Amino acid sequence: MTDLIDRQKLSYIAAQAADARLNVELETEGMTLNIGPQHPATHGTLRIIVRLDGEQVVWADPSAGYMHRGYEKLTEVRTFPQVTTLINRIDWLGSFANEVPFILAAEQLMDIEAPPRAQWIRTILFELSRIANVSLFLGDLGVQLGAITPVFMAFRDREYVLNLIEGATGGRFHPNFDRIGGLKDDLPKGWIDETRQVMKKLRNFCDEIENLLFGNKIFQDRTRGIGVIPPAVAQQYGLSGANLRASGVDWDLRRDQKIALAYDKVDFKVWTHPDGDSFARCWIRLQETREATKIVDQLLDGIPSGPVMAKVPRIIKVPEGEAWVSTENPLGEMGYYVVSQGDLGPFRVKIRTASFNNISIVPWVLRGVYVPDVITILASLYFILGDIDK
Amino acid sequence: MIAVDLPYWAQSLLRVLGGTVAVLLPAGTIVYLFLFKMMSFMQSRLGPMEAGPYGSMQLFAEVGKWLQKEDIQPALADKKIFKIAPLIVLVSTFILVAVVPFGPDAYFTDFEAGVFYALAVSSVSVLGILIAGWSSANKYSLLGGLRAAGQLIAYELPMVLAVVGVVIQAGSMNMQQIVFAQNHGSIFGWDGVGNPYVLTQFVAFGVFMIAVQAELTQTPFDMPIAESELVSGYMTEYSGFRFLIFFIAEFANVGIFALIASVLFLGGWGVPFSWFGWDSMDAVDDWMNVVGPLIMIGKMLALSFLIMWVRFSYPRLREDQLQRFAWKVLIPVSLVNIMLTAILKVAF
Repeated sequence: MTDLIDRQKLSYIAAQAADARLNVELETEGMTLNIGPQHPATHGTLRIIVRLDGEQVVWADPSAGYMHRGYEKLTEVRTFPQVTTLINRIDWLGSFANEVPFILAAEQLMDIEAPPRAQWIRTILFELSRIANVSLFLGDLGVQLGAITPVFMAFRDREYVLNLIEGATGGRFHPNFDRIGGLKDDLPKGWIDETRQVMKKLRNFCDEIENLLFGNKIFQDRTRGIGVIPPAVAQQYGLSGANLRASGVDWDLRRDQKIALAYDKVDFKVWTHPDGDSFARCWIRLQETREATKIVDQLLDGIPSGPVMAKVPRIIKVPEGEAWVSTENPLGEMGYYVVSQGDLGPFRVKIRTASFNNISIVPWVLRGVYVPDVITILASLYFILGDIDK
Repeated sequence: MIAVDLPYWAQSLLRVLGGTVAVLLPAGTIVYLFLFKMMSFMQSRLGPMEAGPYGSMQLFAEVGKWLQKEDIQPALADKKIFKIAPLIVLVSTFILVAVVPFGPDAYFTDFEAGVFYALAVSSVSVLGILIAGWSSANKYSLLGGLRAAGQLIAYELPMVLAVVGVVIQAGSMNMQQIVFAQNHGSIFGWDGVGNPYVLTQFVAFGVFMIAVQAELTQTPFDMPIAESELVSGYMTEYSGFRFLIFFIAEFANVGIFALIASVLFLGGWGVPFSWFGWDSMDAVDDWMNVVGPLIMIGKMLALSFLIMWVRFSYPRLREDQLQRFAWKVLIPVSLVNIMLTAILKVAF
């Protein structure tokens, strides 16, 4: 841990020493507290069993699976086009982004590529679902910390993005728009101009949130130096997305991976933060929302003309083979390992969701913190229950 | 002075009725005006609009809803204490309003140690909260109750110390005398607006309002409730009518502390006496008994607006940060304030 600054080192050592010190100083009996499955801070049904000494966490254990819906098994009894309807529901706030890696994997197996216009629109919708997802996080962050106003701003401005997604795909939450070989439809008339307007509004929203929350002294006191994850530990636990970048690891699949999306046509900055604390994770997400609006703007400027659907047989049979495609989803790396045996449906699908790995660090990072910080850390790790339990 | 001489029973009846109004009216006004409407406008929404014009009957709808709910008690709860707890919290607001003067003759009681009494009984509510947290047989309630006890006791101190500055300047602990001293006083010889202590005791005013915010467990200091951490803190197991009592007590307390703050710092029911040429308490015209309460309500609303505004815009501190703030910032600041006030009082 040579690349940690002093403040982080101190807080890390303090956290690690906490339970040992407590046991030596006072031989008190602890209290086991069930946070969840029904608890306002777990926005869903995550259960975290914490062992407390006073208000200090001595030991924490997340218990996932209260909302397990068996997607990996369900995909096996569906045809390839039907699967997208299902996997929309994994991360329900950024639905379209769930479809893309699966479709890309299927396309890889069938050895077809979507036309350029379809790839660009896919990328635009992918980023829009990122904005819809993360803007809600930025509002919800306030609620977790007791500030009730930002969440309403988030809901207000997310509505514009959802309207756009609905305008293009017909579904606000679950678009089911991606098809093997392209997209269901082209963009509607006037959509591009409207999107530009909305991106401006979203940048305003980011400024508002930055002023209202991130500049607030109390917010900084509550998040800075709390829940520090050093880069080495973050990589060991398989964190991805903003959680990893907040620990200073410069890793973004949008930039680092050659994939059939239009990310190589735009230039955007991959933000990292050296601190690795709760504040860094929240700040990275704020910057990424801004960056996403810029990506959308650039893509709208250069969108090519042409068809949105490649030539695909009417009945889709995916040839035998295996494919792994992962993308940088709003929550982190999401990937599908698709095994096909030449049937109408997949033989086996392994879904790698970001939140499941992100939440696996909870026992490590919660040790030695206070109960209020449990909530801050969970909020800043940002998980969606559907994404954990699948 | 008023010439009418009421019999004792009529006076008592009047006091009880007045007390009920003085507790419930601010609570209702604050809930409707600030909690329902102002909060909604700050959050770009409309708030309740269905019950009555602009949702003005919403309060009655809410009370009706709560009264209909089932009275649930946890099986393991300490039943008697569980039932008493909300009443203790509510009663503390009633006994607190007893010393607040609303006009030259419109007061419930007028006794010499009014400020002392107010600060003393304001801590009774801690007892209610603590036993609510303990008797609920719920771990979240317990954590909330203990947090409340720690916080409310820590913030009693800066509150008392802030008030000491006012008491030194007024030279009295009697609430009426403090009002008189402010409206009759002068700032270095200039008596255009009297001497509302918010101008000369602005440090004490700041400390007092912060301590009030903590005492009322409003947002930057709402750890005892902390809905995202402790579900609802000490109120978690309360529902229906008992929750309603807690709810009324919370907002009645906001009103009463705003009333006390307006008496101590904003000149209470009075207008600057130099405007009308009054130079003693007896010279004040009788119509102030009617206008005074209205002035008080105006000041109360202004101060509770401040409290609510902070509540809607700030995130929550952590328990240790809160204690550190009380002991390392507020208490030293108010001690320095007392010292300076005492020096200036002797010097001038």
